Amino acid sequence: MKNSRRHFLKASLTTAVSSSFLFSPWIHAGKSKQVVIIGGGIGGATAAKYLRIMDDSINVTLIEPKKHYTTCFMSNEFLGGERDFQTLQFSYDTLEKRGVTIVHDKVTKLDADKRQVTISSGKTFNYDRCIVSPGIDFRWNEIEGYDEKVAEKIPHSYQAGKQTLTLKKQLEDMPDGGKVIIAPPANPFRCPPGPYERASQIAHYLKTHKPKSKIIILDDKDNFSKQKLFEQGWQRHYGYGTSNSMIEWISASKGGHVESINAKNMTVNAQADEFKADVINIIPPQKAGKIAFDAGLTDKTGWCPVDQNTFESSIHKNIHVIGDSSIAKPLPKSGYAANSEAKVCAAAIVSLFNESELLTPSLINTCYSIIAPGDAITVAMVYGFDKGKIIKVEGSGGVTPIDASNHMREREAAYAHSWFNNITHDIFG
Amino acid sequence: MAAKTFYSILLIAGLSIHLSVHAKPPSEADMLAYACAACHGINGSSQGPATPSIAGISPDYFIDAMEAFKEDERPATVMNRIAKGYSEEQIEKMAKFFSSQELKITPQKTNAALVEKGSALHETHCAKCHEDGGRASDDDAGILAGQKMPYLRYTMGDIIDGKREVPTKMLLKLKKVHEHIGQDGIEQLINFYAAQE
Repeated sequence: MKNSRRHFLKASLTTAVSSSFLFSPWIHAGKSKQVVIIGGGIGGATAAKYLRIMDDSINVTLIEPKKHYTTCFMSNEFLGGERDFQTLQFSYDTLEKRGVTIVHDKVTKLDADKRQVTISSGKTFNYDRCIVSPGIDFRWNEIEGYDEKVAEKIPHSYQAGKQTLTLKKQLEDMPDGGKVIIAPPANPFRCPPGPYERASQIAHYLKTHKPKSKIIILDDKDNFSKQKLFEQGWQRHYGYGTSNSMIEWISASKGGHVESINAKNMTVNAQADEFKADVINIIPPQKAGKIAFDAGLTDKTGWCPVDQNTFESSIHKNIHVIGDSSIAKPLPKSGYAANSEAKVCAAAIVSLFNESELLTPSLINTCYSIIAPGDAITVAMVYGFDKGKIIKVEGSGGVTPIDASNHMREREAAYAHSWFNNITHDIFG
Repeated sequence: MAAKTFYSILLIAGLSIHLSVHAKPPSEADMLAYACAACHGINGSSQGPATPSIAGISPDYFIDAMEAFKEDERPATVMNRIAKGYSEEQIEKMAKFFSSQELKITPQKTNAALVEKGSALHETHCAKCHEDGGRASDDDAGILAGQKMPYLRYTMGDIIDGKREVPTKMLLKLKKVHEHIGQDGIEQLINFYAAQE
C-alpha cells in the first residue's frame, strides 16, 4: 500500500510536470523566439525592455548606431536655456543588464523573405520577428535649396543631437535685434506641437538675452496643434498680437509656404515674401526612416501601413513597425505614442510566440508643451480598439482648458518635467 | 476521486511554478496599466519631481479618485481627460494592478527641522488614519509617504481651499493646523511625508 502510493505520487508528479511543460502556452521547448529590433529610439528601446519583462525566454537584439540616445522631447527647453544638453542623453546600459543584446552598428539590409538583418560589418542576425522603429527621415529638396548638406548650416534640429547644438550656438551668436525663422511642415509630421513649443522656448531665450529680436514662423498649414493655447500663451509672455510681438505666425493661406532657401545669403523665399534672417530653422516635410523604404515597408504615403492590433506590417509578415514610421492614426507621431505603441507591439509578439489570444490594445498619448518657465499646456487622449482599428475613446482627451488658471498651468509645467523623467526611465531605466 | 483531486493540485502547482519561473504573460490589466508608466513611473512608482506615485495604492482609493476625475469633481490637469477614457471594469483592473505593486520611493530633498515638526503634527492629527508615516493604504487612505512635494503642496492647497472633497474629519484637522500654525504647519507636514523612505 505504502509503496504503491509512493509510486503513484512519483508518477503523478512526473506527469504533472511534463503536462504543464506540454500544455503551458508559455513554455514551448525548443521554440525559437528571436526578436531583432532596428532602431534604439523611443519605440525600439521601449519594445526591447517590455519584451524582456513580459517573456524573458525571448532573445532580444537591439541594433542602434549611436551609443547614446538624445531625446527630441525637452530639447526645446535646452534651446530656451532652461536645460542642460546632457539631461537629454541616455545610454543603453540598463537595457543590456535586462538581457537585451545591444549592437551599435548600422543596418544595411532587412530581408523579409530570409528573415534576416545585415549590419555594416557584414554580420547577419536571423529573426522570428523583427521590430522596425527608425523614426523619421526627411523629404529633402521639397524646399528648393534645402538638402542634407545645407542642413549642417541651416539645421532642422528635428532629430536631436548635433543639430540641436548647432541651432543653440546660432541663437547664442546672433545679434540682439536679429531675426529667427522657423518653418514647420504640413501634416503629418513628428511631434505636431514641437515647432510651436520651439518658437515659445526660443522667444523665452531671446526675451531674456536679446529682447529686440523677432521670430517669424513660416507655416505650411492654416492651423496647428494647441493653436489657441499657444497664441494665448504668446500673448501672456511675448506680446503676441501687438505691434511689438516677438513672434509672428504666417499661415499657409497668408503665404507661409516656403518655396526655396538660399543658404549663402541666408534668405527664405516664401509665397508671401522673401525674408532675410540671422538664424533659419527649416523643419522639412517627413517620411518613414530609410530602412523602412529599403525593406519595402512603406506605401505611397511614405509611411508604413500596419495591422493596428499587433503593429505587424501589412506588407511583410513577421516585421512590426512602431513609432513615427508607422501609420498608427488616430495616434499622433509623438514620443508618448511611440512608447505606448511599443508596449502593445511587445504584448502582441509575446502572444503570437506563445499562441495565446491577442490582448485588446489600450494606449495613451499626452503631449506637454512648455511656453515659458512654469507655464505649460497639454493635449491628451486615451485610445482603444474597435473593428480592427485603433480608435479615440469617445469623451476622453482634449487640450488644457483655455480658461485654465496660471496656477494650473504651473502644475502642468511641473508634471511636464515629471513626464520627462518617468518616460525616459520607463524606456531606458 | 481523491486521487484525481490530488493529481489536479499537482498539475496546477506544476503549472504555476513554470509560470513564475519563465515569464509573466501580459494580462489585460498590464496592457491598461503599462500605458500609465510614462507619467506615473514604472509600475506606478514616480521619479518626480511632481507626478504622484500610485504603486501600492488602496484599490478603493484608486477607483474613487478615477471616478472623481471622470466627473470633474477633483482638481486636475490631465487626469480628468484621461480618466474619461476608461470603463468601470477597466478602472477596477487598473486598481488591482497598481495596488499590488511595491512602492519604490525616489528620495527628495527635505528640510530636517520641518520634518521633525511635521512628524509631531502627523502624530497628533493624521496618524490615526494615515498609519505608518502615511505608508499604509488600509482603510482606503491615500499614500502620503514619499509622495512628491509639489504634489503634496497642490493637494493640501486644494483641500484647504475647498476644491477637493475629503472626509470631514480630515478637512477639520487640516484646517485646524492651517489656522493655528498657518502655511508653515502645512509645509511641515509636507516635508515629513516627503522625507519618508
